[in-house]
Amino acid sequence: MNMRCILQPKPLAMMWRLLPLLALLLPTSFVRAEELTIAVASNFTAPMREIAARFEAQSDHRVALVFGSSGKIFAQISHGAPYQAFFSADQSKPARLVELGLANGDSRFTYAEGKLALWSRQPDYVDDQGKVLKQGKFNRLALANPKLAPYGAAALEVLQNLQLAEQNRSRWVFGENIAQTYQFVASGNAELGFVALSQILRDGRVSQGSAWVVPEELYNPIRQDAVILKSAEKQSVLREFWRFIQGPEARKIIESYGYGIVAQLPEKSSQSGDAE
Amino acid sequence: MLSDADLTAIWLTLRLATTVTLLLLILGTPLALWLAKTRSFFKGPVSAVVALPLVLPPTVLGFYLLVFMGPSGPMGRLTEALGLGTLPFTFWGLVIASLLYSLPFVVQPIQNAIEAQGGRPSEVAATLRAGPWDRFWHVTLPLAKPGILTASVLGFAHTVGEFGVVLMIGGNIPGETRVVSVQIYDHVEALEYTQAHWLSAAMIGFSFVVLLLLYLLQHRKAAAGMRYGT
Repeated sequence: MNMRCILQPKPLAMMWRLLPLLALLLPTSFVRAEELTIAVASNFTAPMREIAARFEAQSDHRVALVFGSSGKIFAQISHGAPYQAFFSADQSKPARLVELGLANGDSRFTYAEGKLALWSRQPDYVDDQGKVLKQGKFNRLALANPKLAPYGAAALEVLQNLQLAEQNRSRWVFGENIAQTYQFVASGNAELGFVALSQILRDGRVSQGSAWVVPEELYNPIRQDAVILKSAEKQSVLREFWRFIQGPEARKIIESYGYGIVAQLPEKSSQSGDAE
Repeated sequence: MLSDADLTAIWLTLRLATTVTLLLLILGTPLALWLAKTRSFFKGPVSAVVALPLVLPPTVLGFYLLVFMGPSGPMGRLTEALGLGTLPFTFWGLVIASLLYSLPFVVQPIQNAIEAQGGRPSEVAATLRAGPWDRFWHVTLPLAKPGILTASVLGFAHTVGEFGVVLMIGGNIPGETRVVSVQIYDHVEALEYTQAHWLSAAMIGFSFVVLLLLYLLQHRKAAAGMRYGT
């Protein structure tokens, strides 16, 4: 990357004259005490945006959301990323953060159970039994990288359970996370792909193209856990947010995107009633 | 140390970088020659387009390539009509992306080398009845050799170091589009930091050696306007 500057023949003297002007811009960015920065696995993007907007509307606080694959967020947190909470796409990474002493174990809860869908952007392409996988006329099948993403691992399980893994393998393309997998299918570059149901569901309906909601017996449930990070465990705003996201309003949003809600342990579910 | 998957990725990366460098030398040299000699109005706009990959984030390039080469894009329609399928997620898709991405690194050094010669050597050859083709092969090109060398090394190294574009259009297929930079990224994402270290260290060593050789060679063959970064 640094080779770019090698190619500049002369130093730009103009830049130096502009520097004082740049300095004027700096003090405008400061962090407000009531701003939360929350890292979220990409499959949960849409519901989280809605939940954060509702929360902001009800309180004066601001919620900044950072989206990415759980693996990347995990690595960032273990290297001191300034997030206050983490909504993972799996259970193991939050658990590991607790083990490492980077997250608060009491705060950990399962906020959603993800559902997998086989999706194409062409209408009437995917039948409601997923037979299209067997007939195999598609050019490519996109899945999230099974090594990195829980939705990818689930997709692989489905293919293995249907005994189609060997037959289709040559046509797989991997998204680095479920958002990129969606993008491969949405752009038509892959005719078929396993995506998160939440990505294609709007108001309880598949909003574009055609899809098969994969029966849950074909893969292990994708339980998604969230934790509050150690650096922020004393922040009252965050506790407020934690109550909100376990409350009925947030749950309704989460369910509207096709996620399942897992019954919580008794002492944790007691927190969820008083969200308003 | 390095697993089979890592070695596959290294081999693929070298294959990609070699293909791209050769193609760029073939396509980039005439372009550089034209840019160096022309007084056309189009010199400005064409130079700007050639330099665009220097300033654009790879994501912009990757995103538009995905759209452009996809089944609804103009190039995707063309390749499908030709029966080649679409280019994203294929080795040749990466080659095309890298041609764009590394273009300025090849064209600019060659162009500089030709411009630094001035018109004189070619004119002298012309008085000795050398035709334009003859002058190009026997005067301009040999004199531009240090520039061509720089161009090959930078083009090769820059393609090896490519990441963002590949991530966006590659689809992470072993042996086809999973290059070293993506493999490292995978290791880091999967929390396999030891493997990530091995491959990353290999990349640093490789890049250092390549650049060191470039500077040593430039030292020997120093010509005006030819020495980058010294």
